[in-house]
Amino acid sequence: MTNSWNDIKNADVILIMGGNAAEAHPCGFKWVTEAKANNGAKLIVVDPRFTRSAAVADFYAPIRPGTDIAFLSGVMRYLLGNNKIHAEYTKAFTNAAYIVKDGYGFQDGLFSGWDEAKKTYVDRSSWDYELDEQGMAKVDETLQNPRCVINLLKAHVERYTPEMVERICGTPKAKFLQVCEMMATTANGERTMTSMYALGWTQHTTGSQNIRAMAMIQLLLGNMGMPGGGVNALRGHANVQGITDLALLTTSTPGYLVLPNDREATFADYMKPRGFKPLRPGQTSFWQNYGKFFVSQQKAFFGAAATKDNDWAYDWLPKFDTSYDTLKIVDMMANGQMNGLVAQGLNILMAAPDKPKVLAGMSKLKWLVTIDPLDTETARFWENHGEFHNVDSKSIQTEVFQLPATAFAEDEGSFTNSSRVIQWHWKAADGPGESRSDIQIVADLFNRLKAKYAKDGGAFPDPILNLAWNYTNPANPAPAELLKEINGYALEDLPDPADPSKTLLRAGQLLPTFGLMRDDGKTSGGCWIYTGVYTEAGNISMKRDTSDPTGKGVYPNWGFAWPANRRVLYNRASADANGKPWSERKKYVWWNGSRWTGADVPDYAPTVAPDKNVGPFIMNQEGTARLFSRAGMADGPFPEHYEPMDAFIANPLHPKVSTNPIVRLFKDDAKSLGTPDKFPVVATTYRLTEHFHYWTKSVHTNAVLQPEMFVEMGERLAKARGIANGDWIEVTSQRGSIKAKVLVTKRLRPMMVDGKPCDVIGLPIHYGFVGQARKSYGTNNLTPPVGDISASTPEFKAFLVDVKKTTAPAAPAVS
Amino acid sequence: MAVSRRQFMKVSAAGLAASSVGALGFGGAGDALAAGVRPYKLERATETRNTCPYCSVSCGVLIYSMGDGSKNAKSSVIHIEGDPDNPVNRGTLCPRGAAALDFVKSPQRLKYPMHRKPGSDKFERVTWDFAMDRIATLMKEDRDKNFIAKNRDGVTVNRWTSTGFFGTSAQTNEAGYLVYKVIRATGLLPLENQARI
Repeated sequence: MTNSWNDIKNADVILIMGGNAAEAHPCGFKWVTEAKANNGAKLIVVDPRFTRSAAVADFYAPIRPGTDIAFLSGVMRYLLGNNKIHAEYTKAFTNAAYIVKDGYGFQDGLFSGWDEAKKTYVDRSSWDYELDEQGMAKVDETLQNPRCVINLLKAHVERYTPEMVERICGTPKAKFLQVCEMMATTANGERTMTSMYALGWTQHTTGSQNIRAMAMIQLLLGNMGMPGGGVNALRGHANVQGITDLALLTTSTPGYLVLPNDREATFADYMKPRGFKPLRPGQTSFWQNYGKFFVSQQKAFFGAAATKDNDWAYDWLPKFDTSYDTLKIVDMMANGQMNGLVAQGLNILMAAPDKPKVLAGMSKLKWLVTIDPLDTETARFWENHGEFHNVDSKSIQTEVFQLPATAFAEDEGSFTNSSRVIQWHWKAADGPGESRSDIQIVADLFNRLKAKYAKDGGAFPDPILNLAWNYTNPANPAPAELLKEINGYALEDLPDPADPSKTLLRAGQLLPTFGLMRDDGKTSGGCWIYTGVYTEAGNISMKRDTSDPTGKGVYPNWGFAWPANRRVLYNRASADANGKPWSERKKYVWWNGSRWTGADVPDYAPTVAPDKNVGPFIMNQEGTARLFSRAGMADGPFPEHYEPMDAFIANPLHPKVSTNPIVRLFKDDAKSLGTPDKFPVVATTYRLTEHFHYWTKSVHTNAVLQPEMFVEMGERLAKARGIANGDWIEVTSQRGSIKAKVLVTKRLRPMMVDGKPCDVIGLPIHYGFVGQARKSYGTNNLTPPVGDISASTPEFKAFLVDVKKTTAPAAPAVS
Repeated sequence: MAVSRRQFMKVSAAGLAASSVGALGFGGAGDALAAGVRPYKLERATETRNTCPYCSVSCGVLIYSMGDGSKNAKSSVIHIEGDPDNPVNRGTLCPRGAAALDFVKSPQRLKYPMHRKPGSDKFERVTWDFAMDRIATLMKEDRDKNFIAKNRDGVTVNRWTSTGFFGTSAQTNEAGYLVYKVIRATGLLPLENQARI
């Protein structure tokens, strides 16, 4: 989230689109209720299904799955065309006035730089600004130049008329316009809109661009950096934010740094494109400190063995030739290119798309290790469960280990919630039997590997033998020690650059801020954005002060919010160019004549005066936010509507480029995509309020509350197929099929899309063949193995199926 | 002064006896009532602050356990409820979090390391030592055989791509950091978590 759960109470308009907080995040949704009850907020829900979020909305509009960019681009056209933008904010704080290179263009669904033979954008250099002799971006403050970003944006979204939105999205024009009008009431600095989204936006082949489109709307409305504003990812697991920050992702390192790739042979090669020189005069361009964060991280990993002479052990990090993301790992398994797999608390057999492909891949593994508190389908993929999971155990030659891990109640440590707040928790009891903590299991694995390499040698043992491991108990490092290592400390006395006679920090002291990190090896720190969480004042993630001095939902002394305990990102933008709050109502961070002050830690240098014209978006080289993303996105500098890969219609905007021209799709999977002639029904997946992923089917109360798989289907489709409520149906896609009971509902209604009725069915994801709920097929028998090009997130939310009445499964349905 | 529910009933009973109710001959009623009240179940429990393990609202929870942790009195979780101090959930929990005790106590909780031999149709219990040594051996074998020190152009790349590691976003930051550190030190690139999917 750019803002926080509590901050939602400050909103005047709340848009839930691409999520269903009332059911998926009920205790966070209370802040929507709070905003409605005490701030007069209006709730808008845009969703294919009339969810429980929709049930309490002030306004609900239906939408066909996978068409959010068409809808949001239509909103931008409305705002720009009706002068309903916050013009002063947009001009001062975004790149609206920047001039884009002549070579940039968009035609028939393709941006400039497309190579038809290679089927990709080989040259994205035109997706950038004109630069002057000093290397600064050219700007036309009068906004008259037709190459100004805002004029190119107007031209780009001009095609998304309300009629076109209705034709693509199935949203009736009047409802669409009502949503536009409600959003437009916040284009003034007096009122704000917040955006709450989750997997409903990310799980598409246009997922990253869905979120960009919303960010652009929030910039046009002036809602970024404002209380009650922002773009807020509700997110999944209790610590998915922390594990993202700490980079358990193929090409990342902690703190949103990037692993080196094959073109970066040396440390100098690696740092060369990471100079982050400002693109406008006097801008902060905070990533100029990249080297300090990287070197401090290498010191945390390799200690004294990382030296200036060995380029801070640069060669000890692997270099990537390609992204080994989840879809790629499954594809490599299916092609016999993966020998071993460790699945720590991730039930990959159920969680990845195209279960038949995942199963075929797992069956080719030489060995599999699972580390989990619970029994899972992944650990038992070799076990026959009748028609729900029909395998021949004898033919599966995989050696499998199932290791018992402790759960949340049985360990201590910190989780980071989606508000970026790091909170400590304490251990209540030991785990069952011989279960061990994840820390102990990983430490054991490392100590054994290290001993074997020390004794027998082997392939490049250096990084293993030199990994910093100065823990009090090397067999089981203490969580507090690890959080200190993540936070970082001074390795030598740090002199004050302003007065060398003074010492800022003595050797061994914990860093209070990442501002003290250095690229000369004198500081260590595993994840720069977490610096400040564990200082000489103690473990700040343990703080439990419930006071909220300004009443704005900040709670500055509850836990620690990264970065720098800042609760609303970009909050300098809550004041105008002169540092004055946009309005008394939305007063949050402002210039008091000598420094920035207010309810929150300023996201800005605290004493830089407004007349220095330093932009509020300090991470960007421009200092402004990007309505035009330059070459930052792989599939275009503006969002564009493309059909889901299982396309229900030919894209009315450019039928020859109907789907996104670049997606994460492997060669053998092109055959796995479906077409509407064979699969005329649109399907989407979702979560039930009683269940959490594939986890709570092993939890008694939840297995009782929602005991078995079902499919939600609208009345029109049910009638057309002769299906009655409670019947067993078979749902088939190009990937596979499932059987389930049907729930005929009014919550899903057909929409008119491009002149034909579009029926949508809804599929909960939670069921499988292990646990206390009734045995079921995996919903991922149906979902397509294709993902977004930027994030590689699979397209679980929009695909094609067919349905027919069938009989109950032959095998007993009770496990 | 901290007054427990049971003490409160006793004090109330004393008050009753001295009041007009006592004068009317109902003096013993309060004592009988106090004796009939069950002791507050959580009074003797240990309260531990924790975080709900499910979604990323990360609601504060209070875990109540019994057993003082002495040698033969193992602590056991008996109740979990929302933490009223937590600014986000303010003591509330959803249908998942409210049933978190059933997750701690689930019959599907794993107790022992298990091993399935190639082609077998069952798991067999093994020791941690056997499992961890075998896993380390398998990893080292694959790494030593398939480690790529240099690419075709002679650039040092030091990567290992024939084993994958799915980390979990249900673990703590501290555990996740250690996973990152250990796994990257091996050169393993296929390292992912639920954030991707």
